[in-house]
Amino acid sequence: MAYLELNNIYKTYGKDGNATEVLSNINLSIEEGEFVAIVGFTGSGKTTLVNLINGLLQPTSGEVLFKGEPVVGTSHERGVIFQNYSLLPWLTVGQNIYMAVKEAFPKKNKAELNSIVADYVDMVSLSHAINKRPKELSGGMRQRVAVARALAMKPEMIIMDEPLGALDALTRGNLQDEILNIWGKDKRTALLITNDVDEGIYMADRIIPLRPGPNATLGPEFKIDIDRPRDKTEMNDNPHFKKTRNAIIEYLMDIGNERKSVSTTEYVLPELSPKDFVNRF
Amino acid sequence: MKQSITLNKITKFVGFGFLGTLKSIFTGNIEKEDFKNFLRKVIVPLASMLLFIGLWHMGAKTLFNIEAEYKIEKALTEQGQEAANAMEACIASGAIKCQPNTLPSPSQVWASFQTLLEDHLVIRADKAAFIEKTASLNAKRLSDGKNAITYTGRPSFVDQIFTSIKTVFAGFFLALLIAVPIGVVIGLSKTLRSSVNWLIQILKPVSPVVWLLLVFMIVKTLTKNSESDSAFIISFISVGLCSMWATLVNTAMGVSTVDKDYINVAKVLKLGTFQKIFKVILPSALPLIFTGLRITLSVSWMVLIAIELLAQSPGLGSFVWEEFQNGAIDSNSKIIVAMFIIGGIGFLLDRIMLTVQNMISFDKNDGI
Ligand SMILES: Nc1ncnc2c1ncn2[C@@H]1O[C@H](COP(=O)(O)OP(=O)(O)OP(=O)(O)O)[C@@H](O)[C@H]1O
Ligand SMILES: [Mg+2]
Repeated sequence: MAYLELNNIYKTYGKDGNATEVLSNINLSIEEGEFVAIVGFTGSGKTTLVNLINGLLQPTSGEVLFKGEPVVGTSHERGVIFQNYSLLPWLTVGQNIYMAVKEAFPKKNKAELNSIVADYVDMVSLSHAINKRPKELSGGMRQRVAVARALAMKPEMIIMDEPLGALDALTRGNLQDEILNIWGKDKRTALLITNDVDEGIYMADRIIPLRPGPNATLGPEFKIDIDRPRDKTEMNDNPHFKKTRNAIIEYLMDIGNERKSVSTTEYVLPELSPKDFVNRF
Repeated sequence: MKQSITLNKITKFVGFGFLGTLKSIFTGNIEKEDFKNFLRKVIVPLASMLLFIGLWHMGAKTLFNIEAEYKIEKALTEQGQEAANAMEACIASGAIKCQPNTLPSPSQVWASFQTLLEDHLVIRADKAAFIEKTASLNAKRLSDGKNAITYTGRPSFVDQIFTSIKTVFAGFFLALLIAVPIGVVIGLSKTLRSSVNWLIQILKPVSPVVWLLLVFMIVKTLTKNSESDSAFIISFISVGLCSMWATLVNTAMGVSTVDKDYINVAKVLKLGTFQKIFKVILPSALPLIFTGLRITLSVSWMVLIAIELLAQSPGLGSFVWEEFQNGAIDSNSKIIVAMFIIGGIGFLLDRIMLTVQNMISFDKNDGI
C-alpha cells in the first residue's frame, strides 16, 4: 500500500448552474520517501490538488488515503508551504515560525522552541530580519519565511505549492538544496508543485504533468533516474537528463497546442491598416 | 537625535505634521519644498481662520443693526419719538438693559471665554478655602461616624467640561465592554448573526432621546433606595447604548470576514478554538474593531451634549441649556464658547483614536 494514494478524485467548485469541474479522475500514488513533482499550467488546479491532499478541501468524489487512512482534515504530519505565503501580518518573522513550532512540539519548553526558530530562520538566511513584519519584507523573503515555517514543524510529508516561484536563481538554488537536504535526512516524503521543469528534474524522483483545466487530469509520469546528490552543472551533460527534459517539454508543448486548437470559436479580425504607415518611414 | 525623530513621528502621527516644518524654519534650514509646505500647512489655514473671524464679525454686526433698528422702530411706533431717541442713545451707550439679543461678535465671545476662566479661578479658590475650613470639622464628623460635608457650590465651566469628558469616557467604555464581546460572538457564528441581525438593524437607528427615556425608566427604579448619582448613571448608560452600534457591527464584520488564507494557516497548524480566536481571528479583525471604536467615541461625544441637556446631569450640555434659558447679556456668547470647546474636544478625541488606530494597524509601516 502506498504512503499517499489518490483514487478517482473529482473536484467541482460551485453548485448546479455555475459548477465547474476543476479536477477529473485524478489517480496518484506516492511511496514513502519519494519525491514527486507535479508540473502544470497556471489555473489548471494545482493548488486545488494540494489542498485536497493536505486536508483543507474535500473531494467531490473519490478518496485521498494517507498511510491507508482517509484524509478528513489537516494534520501536522503533512506540512504545507502555501503558494501565497500566508504569513500572519501582525506577527514578526520569528513569531510566525514560533507559533507553528509551538503547535508542532507542544512538549518543548520556550528556550528549545526559540532555538528551533532561530535555526530555521538562519537556514533561510533571514536572521537579520527575524523581528520584522511580513509587510517589511520582499516577496522572496516572505516566501523563505513560509518555507522555514513549514520545514520547522518537521512534517513527515512536505507539500509544497510553487514554493520558490518568487526567488532569484541563486537563492532558489540554495533553498532547493536545503529542501532536498531536509527531505533526505530523515527520509521524508515530498510533493512539489512547480512550473519550472528544470527544478522538477533537479529535485524529484518522478515528474507528473497536470493537464490544463477544466477537467484537468494527470498525464503520464516521467521517471528521473539520476543519482543523488545531483549536480546541476554535471546534469547538463547527462544524456538521460537531456532526454527526459526534452520529452517533458515536448509533452507540455503538445498539450499546450492541443488546448489552443480545442477552442473552436473563430475570431473575425477587423480589417485594420495603419493610418500613415508609409509616411512614418 | 533619536528623540527628535520619534517626536517628529508622533506629531506627524497625530496630524500636526506642520510642527516639523515650523521647527525647520526656526532652525534656519528651509528648503523650497519646506517653504511650500509651510505655506500650505500654516499660512493658508491661518488666513482662512482670519477670514472666518472677519466674516463672522461682519455678520454679527449686520444682525446687530437689524435688531437695533427694529427696537428703535418699535419704540417709535409704540411710545413716540422721544422714546425712540432714548432707545437709540441707550443702545449706543452699550448699556446692558437695552442690548439687542443676537449673534455675538468674536470679541464678545472672547471676552466671555475670559470671564468663564476667571469664574473658574474664583470657584476653585472658593472650593479650596471651603475644604481647608471644613477639614478639621470633617475629620471630627468622620470619627463620629457621620458623613463629611462636601462642597455643593455651583460648578465652574471647566468643571462642567471635565464632567462631560468623564461621562463620555464612562459611556465609551460601557459601549466597548458590551459591543466588542457581543460582536465577536456574533461574528463567529453565522446562525447567531442572522438571528440577531433584525434586532441590531432596528435598534441601531433609535434616537438618543429614546434611549435616554428607556434608561431613565429602568435606572430610576433601580436606584430608588441608593444614594448614587443617578443623573450621571443615566447619562453615561444612554451614551453607551447610543454609540455602541458602530463597534458592534464593525467587530462582527471584522470577525466574520477574516482572510481565508489566515484561516487556512490556523487549520494547517491545527490551532485550538481558543488559540484560533485569540491568535488569528481577533488580531486580523483589530483594525476594523478600532475603526468602529473611533466612530463610537465621536458618536458618544455628539450625543452626550443632547443627553446631558435632557437628563439635566451636569456637563457641557446642561451648561448650554442653562445659559440659553438664563438669557443674560453674555449668555449667547457663552453658548458660542461652549460650541467651540465642544468641537475642539471632539476633534481631539478623534485624533487620539486615530493615533491609537494607526499604532495597532499592521497594514502600515510606520514602525512606531
Ligand atoms: N474557491 C474556489 N471557488 C471557485 N473556483 C475556484 C476556487 N478556487 C479555485 N477555483 C478555480 O479552480 C481553477 C483552478 O484553481 P487553482 O488555484 O487550483 O489553480 P492553480 O493551478 O493553482 O493556478 P496557479 O498556477 O495560478 O496557482 C481555477 O479556474 C479557479 O478559478
Ligand atoms: Mg496555485
